[in-house]
Amino acid sequence: MADRATLPAGRATVGRHARRSVRRRPAPGPLLLRQIRHQNLLFWRSPISAFFTLLFPLVFLLLFNALQGDQTIESRDGIRFAQFFTPGILAFAVVSACYTNLATSVPINRDEGVLKRVRGTPLPPWIYVAARVGSAVWVAVLSAVLMVAVGVALFHVEVLWHLLPAAVVTLLLGAACFCACGLAVASLCPSGEAAPAVANFTILPVVFVSDIFYPLDQVPTWLQVAGSIFPVKHFALAVQADFNPFTQGSGFFWGHLAVIAVWLVAASVVALRTFRWEPGISTGRGSVRRGRHRARRPPSG
Amino acid sequence: MPAIRVAGLRKRYGDVEAVRGIDFEVAEGECFALLGPNGAGKTTTVEILEGYRRRSAGEVEVLGFDPERSGVDFRERIGIVLQSSGIHRDLTVEEVVSLFGGYYPEPRPTDEVIELVGLEEKRRARTKTLSGGQQRRLDLALGIVGDPDLVFLDEPTTGFDPSARRRSWELVDSLRSLGKTILLTTHYMDEAQSLADRVAVLAGGRIVASGSPASLGGRDVAEAVISFRLPSGMAPAELPPGLPEALDVRDGQVSLRTATPTRTLEALTGWAVARGAELEALAVTRPSLEDVYLRLTTVDGLADEEALRG
Repeated sequence: MADRATLPAGRATVGRHARRSVRRRPAPGPLLLRQIRHQNLLFWRSPISAFFTLLFPLVFLLLFNALQGDQTIESRDGIRFAQFFTPGILAFAVVSACYTNLATSVPINRDEGVLKRVRGTPLPPWIYVAARVGSAVWVAVLSAVLMVAVGVALFHVEVLWHLLPAAVVTLLLGAACFCACGLAVASLCPSGEAAPAVANFTILPVVFVSDIFYPLDQVPTWLQVAGSIFPVKHFALAVQADFNPFTQGSGFFWGHLAVIAVWLVAASVVALRTFRWEPGISTGRGSVRRGRHRARRPPSG
Repeated sequence: MPAIRVAGLRKRYGDVEAVRGIDFEVAEGECFALLGPNGAGKTTTVEILEGYRRRSAGEVEVLGFDPERSGVDFRERIGIVLQSSGIHRDLTVEEVVSLFGGYYPEPRPTDEVIELVGLEEKRRARTKTLSGGQQRRLDLALGIVGDPDLVFLDEPTTGFDPSARRRSWELVDSLRSLGKTILLTTHYMDEAQSLADRVAVLAGGRIVASGSPASLGGRDVAEAVISFRLPSGMAPAELPPGLPEALDVRDGQVSLRTATPTRTLEALTGWAVARGAELEALAVTRPSLEDVYLRLTTVDGLADEEALRG
């Protein structure tokens, strides 16, 4: 503590309310950028999240490509496995950076009371949420670049420059969609303790029926249909095709993009309607508090 | 215009009514304390004023705003120190204070705020490494970094050591001397006594008493208690006549209640001096704020304990 905890004179309050309206309010643009920067800082300082988001897909990439990178896939125009698997694992990395990341960290931060504190400041709520999405998309783009770079450097993956614009648009739309899904699930998730389980048990089965680790062109129809319901498969197929030398045209797969967009809109609606800034689930009897804070100190009054 | 005006405020959670119709006003520049046991409705009331909760009934006006319907304009002018709220664990003290300062139109300088709450040495420490008391001081820093007109302090010094507590009181005092309005909730009677201009005691969702800390519950007009040790070898019967009836002797310790302490004291000391005796441990006391508080809230306290035992 300072020797004397006395406030420097600063601004006296009484009778000066009128002047307040002319004070300069922070502009949304810089506020958003600053918030994204802090959110990124947090991501890199938390080794566990960086591990699962970047290292996990990277390990898969190295392992599978090293084992069978040079085999060919008949059902995909006979392209090399590495040329199929690298964009597929890129899709997985984007799902991790956006969906798994937000669906896990947002409920945990909510239980910790981080969201409640932010809600009590003049920071517009949309900026806080946008910054979390922006930061997740930024990590997704980084990990996508990393996957492709490693693929090119070690496994002779070919970047198809004429399909790249389509790949980038697909990537950004997909990232937005998985962020929205992550936020929607975060809103519905009862507590921070349940969040990692909820996030992983919702995404892993979907990933396995989404042509990411293996082309599911010859599996039973019901499995193909099951995968087609969710956006992950459409995202993976579109990105894989944008790395397939036999792809005709500009590489925009409107059917896939449309399904991703529908999920984006639906998940955004759910997230907007159910997003919560405080721990606890609404029941008929009002707010039931949960999580660590309850155990540490019971609410008084 | 009062800084805070509350009239007929009620809050119902399902079939439980946490706040059952309370009224109070806090003038601009005043420090107002809400006292009460756990579950009395303090935090619910404060969180309604902060805009976190919707009221079930009644009127609430804070700095001229209806907190339920107000956004950035309102939040720019208030500072909130919640009872429990987290902070991103992997940012440093400096980063957090500067980040939050950036949300406000006219923040106080980051260094100044860190110094005010005494966290200079923890400036570059990650928030997860702070002790409980240090985290609470960071809470305080984030509550004042926006240079607000009105500060909500929900049990601000819980977990502080005595000296940190006294320093925080000085900080709150200096906030008040700048004309800031302060709404405080606390469990500590000495805190209320030293900081608050006025206090209200909440119990069972109602205000059971309010007034200045000195006059709460009729403290200022209550009977004084005079106590002393009976000189050795003297029997209570030898005490001078004319002492009040309400006299209590236990193990040679005498205490008596009187509405006229000056006259009683004169009679007593005159008698002792005439006999050449010394009245050891002589003291005149009035009921402390704590005594009054316990009397006002005991019924509910007992009810709580019974509920706990099931």
